[in-house]
Amino acid sequence: MTVSEGPAGNPLLSVRQLTKYFGSFAACSGIDLDIAPGEIHALLGENGAGKSTLVKMLFGILEPSEGAILWNGKPAVIRSPSEARSLGIGMVFQHFSLFEALTVAENIALSLDPKISLAKISDEAAMLSQAYGLPLDPKAHVADLSVGERQRIEIVRALLQNPKLIILDEPTSVLTPQEADRLFETLFKLKAEGRSVLYISHRLEEVRRICDSATVLRHGKVTGTCDPKQETPASLARMMVGADVSDVSRGTGSQLGDVQIEVASLSVPARTPFAVPLRGIDMQVRAGEVLAIAGVAGNGQGELFDVLSGEHTVADNDAIRIRGNAVGKAGINARRLLGAGFVPEERHGHAAVSEMSLSDNLLLARSQPDRRALLSGGALSVIRHGAVRSAARRICEEMDVRKSGDDPAAGSLSGGNLQKFIVGRELDRQPVVLVVNQPTWGVDAGAASRIRQALVDLARAGSAVVVISQDLDEILEIATNIAVISEGRLSRSFAAGDLSLEKIGLMMGGIHDSTHSEAAHAH
Amino acid sequence: MLEAILLTVITAATPLVIAALGELVTERSGVLNLGVEGMMIMGAVVAFVATQTTGSPYIGVVAGITAGAAFSLLFGFLTLTLVANQVATGLALTILGLGLSGQIGESYVGQPGIKLQPINIPILGDIPFLGPLLFRQDLIFYLSIALVIGIHWFLFRSRTGLKMRAIGDNHSSAHALGINVIRTRYLAVMFGGACSGLAGAQLSLVYTPQWVENMAAGRGWIALALVVFASWRPLRVLAGGYLFGAVTIGQLHAQAFGIGIPSQFLSALPYVATIVVLIIISHNRRTTLINTPASLGKPFVPER
Amino acid sequence: MRIELQRRSQSSRLFSFVSPLLALVLTLFFGGIMFWMLGKQPLDALYSFFVEPLLEVWSLHELAVKAAPLILIGVGLSICYRSNNWNIGAEGQFTIGAITGSILPVLYPEWHSPMILPLMLVMGMVGGALYAGIPALLKTRFNTNEILTSLMLVYIAQLYLDWLVRGPWRDPQGYNFPQTKSFVPEAVLPEILESGRAHLAIAFALVAAVALWFMMRFMLKGFEVTVLGQSERAGRFAGFSARRMVWFSMMLSGALAGLAGISEVSGSIGHVQPTISPGYGFTAIIVAFLGRLNPLGIIASGFVLALTYLGGEAAQLSIGISDKVSRVFQGLLLFFVLSCDTLIHYRIRIVTQKLRGGAAHHA
Repeated sequence: MTVSEGPAGNPLLSVRQLTKYFGSFAACSGIDLDIAPGEIHALLGENGAGKSTLVKMLFGILEPSEGAILWNGKPAVIRSPSEARSLGIGMVFQHFSLFEALTVAENIALSLDPKISLAKISDEAAMLSQAYGLPLDPKAHVADLSVGERQRIEIVRALLQNPKLIILDEPTSVLTPQEADRLFETLFKLKAEGRSVLYISHRLEEVRRICDSATVLRHGKVTGTCDPKQETPASLARMMVGADVSDVSRGTGSQLGDVQIEVASLSVPARTPFAVPLRGIDMQVRAGEVLAIAGVAGNGQGELFDVLSGEHTVADNDAIRIRGNAVGKAGINARRLLGAGFVPEERHGHAAVSEMSLSDNLLLARSQPDRRALLSGGALSVIRHGAVRSAARRICEEMDVRKSGDDPAAGSLSGGNLQKFIVGRELDRQPVVLVVNQPTWGVDAGAASRIRQALVDLARAGSAVVVISQDLDEILEIATNIAVISEGRLSRSFAAGDLSLEKIGLMMGGIHDSTHSEAAHAH
Repeated sequence: MLEAILLTVITAATPLVIAALGELVTERSGVLNLGVEGMMIMGAVVAFVATQTTGSPYIGVVAGITAGAAFSLLFGFLTLTLVANQVATGLALTILGLGLSGQIGESYVGQPGIKLQPINIPILGDIPFLGPLLFRQDLIFYLSIALVIGIHWFLFRSRTGLKMRAIGDNHSSAHALGINVIRTRYLAVMFGGACSGLAGAQLSLVYTPQWVENMAAGRGWIALALVVFASWRPLRVLAGGYLFGAVTIGQLHAQAFGIGIPSQFLSALPYVATIVVLIIISHNRRTTLINTPASLGKPFVPER
Repeated sequence: MRIELQRRSQSSRLFSFVSPLLALVLTLFFGGIMFWMLGKQPLDALYSFFVEPLLEVWSLHELAVKAAPLILIGVGLSICYRSNNWNIGAEGQFTIGAITGSILPVLYPEWHSPMILPLMLVMGMVGGALYAGIPALLKTRFNTNEILTSLMLVYIAQLYLDWLVRGPWRDPQGYNFPQTKSFVPEAVLPEILESGRAHLAIAFALVAAVALWFMMRFMLKGFEVTVLGQSERAGRFAGFSARRMVWFSMMLSGALAGLAGISEVSGSIGHVQPTISPGYGFTAIIVAFLGRLNPLGIIASGFVLALTYLGGEAAQLSIGISDKVSRVFQGLLLFFVLSCDTLIHYRIRIVTQKLRGGAAHHA
């Protein structure tokens, strides 16, 4: 499959002054963008910079408020994804638009001409996946597939329509470094066939490595276009973030104290058909340590967090100890009373209730550990709303939470500000043990660096911190020790200095035997 | 004797099967409409009134279907356009249906109705035993069988059915793919309403050809339970429907024979059976989780 | 033309108050149309339906008699619905409460003691709570849908009551009427004023509503109800148990429905008979929603719905409309309440033309 090139020198896709309002808020404003045939074009920007909104307009999911889209030099109105597809635009979503209950072939069929039979689709998908090195079983149910395999479905699905432009939204955020390399090879193949790629990312190294040109967005506006190969990561970051982002200062070796949280040969069967069982987890974290648990999404991180926090208790009481106390069967509040604090991954509907005010959300985590300060009336447990509100105010000041109004609903805050509140809610208690799942997922750079600094400071003040994260840059920035979780198994922990990025990547990919020789062979 | 009993079982099972099939399609698209009882009773009363007015039970059948579909449109508008709570709106539909049907049918209480007559299929109808059971039935029975097969084909063989299952599994992804979630759901809701209306028409034109207030007597709710029992598969709805039909008829015969058990206890049997069946089916969380349409009952507001 | 919704960043305080009123107005409007279609003068009919019952002392008493069970059941249901437990079988819990509460006066008709009434009330509450415990048990133990089980139990309870009053509980001197002996005076819930029939049940209802309002507004328990209703996962994070909440909310609402049941039998009827409720358990669902699941709001909505019952009876007498109209009014009201609630969380735009930007009306 090759694609005829458009008129030489003319861009395949141009965007002129594209603007999208949500209410009075401009998610994108006056965007200009040109993508040449056969180039890999990066769209760089932080979370919330307007990348997703722009792409959704290009793919016909959102309707632009103002501006024009030109396809091969001619104005195009893209009213729906199927119109986008018929123009020749394919899309690979960040949060996959796949259907777990359906098979691979059925998933692909959904975006194709209904006249093509399922059998024919299966054949073509098998052929394409062969050609581009994307192995897939068309009859498998999506629910049973790994994240990497799911992404392949999306890519094959887009390729089956023989697109001239493929849009990939943060494709490597869920991949191991090795899987990402394989993806890049596929992208180079596409480029060699004369197809264009719009590659959305906030990972600077990646963009410098594979992209021919880049457009940078910030706060919904274009802040620069460049050839990323001519730039340094620092100069790209400046365009992306504006001011230079402050580095997290790790300070120098603080004294390690006693073991504060300890897990010994903990195995937990999967609770639901879609969950990952935990197998023989061992870990120890001392006061002053930041243990980072790296891993690709969906390898048991959520399950591990649930049993560490006590949201789900385990059969063996001795399998988990906090400050020496066996707590395997103890609930989350009993663990909090021992001095532990917890920050789950999902902000809305887990760490916070979006519809409730910040002060109510404070109470969510603190009603028992701070019973005496926040409740009165003995058995009636009457809430002291005044005390709760002033505690919430204190946290907002401490963590620089930007909000509208005194005590707004959690859902009205931006991701970064809400996360600062949620982390601050735990730090405010000065927990002896803090377990955090994905501390800066979907958070802007300013808030992320503030949260990371707070975690490092907490450990230096003598607490044990466990950070579960998919973000390797973050891990290298803050961890004193690193372990890797893969398919529900946790590796032993390594001192942060002893691990290369490559080796972490191999372990994330499920190569559990971590001798140096094997790591060397694999490359 | 056996033939006569089986005939009554079929008559008792048919409305359950039809209403459950309609609800199955609605739920496969991700919408939970608890208003089956209300749509059914509206179908029953409108079918009866139309039949009495025109003298033709066939017009009655069409009127019943139309009434059910129109009534479900009300539910669709609230839950799909206005994103109202589906559970509460379904209840509202039932409450309004019971009230409105009582009002509409008031002057028809006690009138003798016109029964929908059986259609004898030549040759097949002469097969001993099976012929009278399966091929000398009324239109609605034939429709119920056609619906089972048709819906099975639609859901698992047609592309539109695939789209509907996709919406029920994950409406946001379906929307991102360019499938019109709201329109499909409107159609699914109306199909469910039409089926409930048809089931209601069967009650007032075949099962007991007359109008009695509240004559659906919980069948709409039993149909809802049947959908769960069938784990959202049309062929299993047929099996479950006939099982319930057998329980209903069994207890009626037991009452007639006077076996010494108070009639009220026997009348409670279908309801008890529903609970027991729900326990057995729900007990295995794994199968429930895999089979339940993942977006069932969740509101969907497309971003624009 | 199409209707688009835009989520408000904060739910509208204004519309939380306006929406139930708007729903009432719309119901009256469409009710008027319905009367007109029935060939009645709409305004006259509405007047005799909704105003006349309020003009006489005795009918104000009737209003309190009918509002009491609606409020009692409605506040209980509001706790269930807020915690995302869909008990729709209050009618059955009402029935069982009436039965268990009546055990003493029916089986020991000779027992005259001031203790009998408190015992009856407690037994009624226990009966209702235990009956609501069945769907709670099935939900927590077998993951069974409580909507369907609680509803099936309504039919079973009604058949059981029917059997009781036609069988073992029938008054042998009752000329074969299917009803029990009349309760002794000590077993009858006393009236609160000289002037009419209103009895203690309305006091129970007001106390229950205020107590639950206090719980929801000020107590950690109320917070727990709200959190678990919004997000079970966040509730677990807070250390709350969704499982225990199923039991708490179901048994609380069952107990209140049971109290309503025994109060109705003891205070309004005076014996047990096959039909003891004009569908209070179902109407209370409307009461709960019209009151926006707020116990104080439910006091007001309980009286509104009680008025639809009275209005139905009044309209039947004065203008010859069937009392089935009441049910239609109740159904319409719930529909409008649910539609108007959309305004609290969403801005509604009616897009008249497919223009980019502009051409949209905000509401």
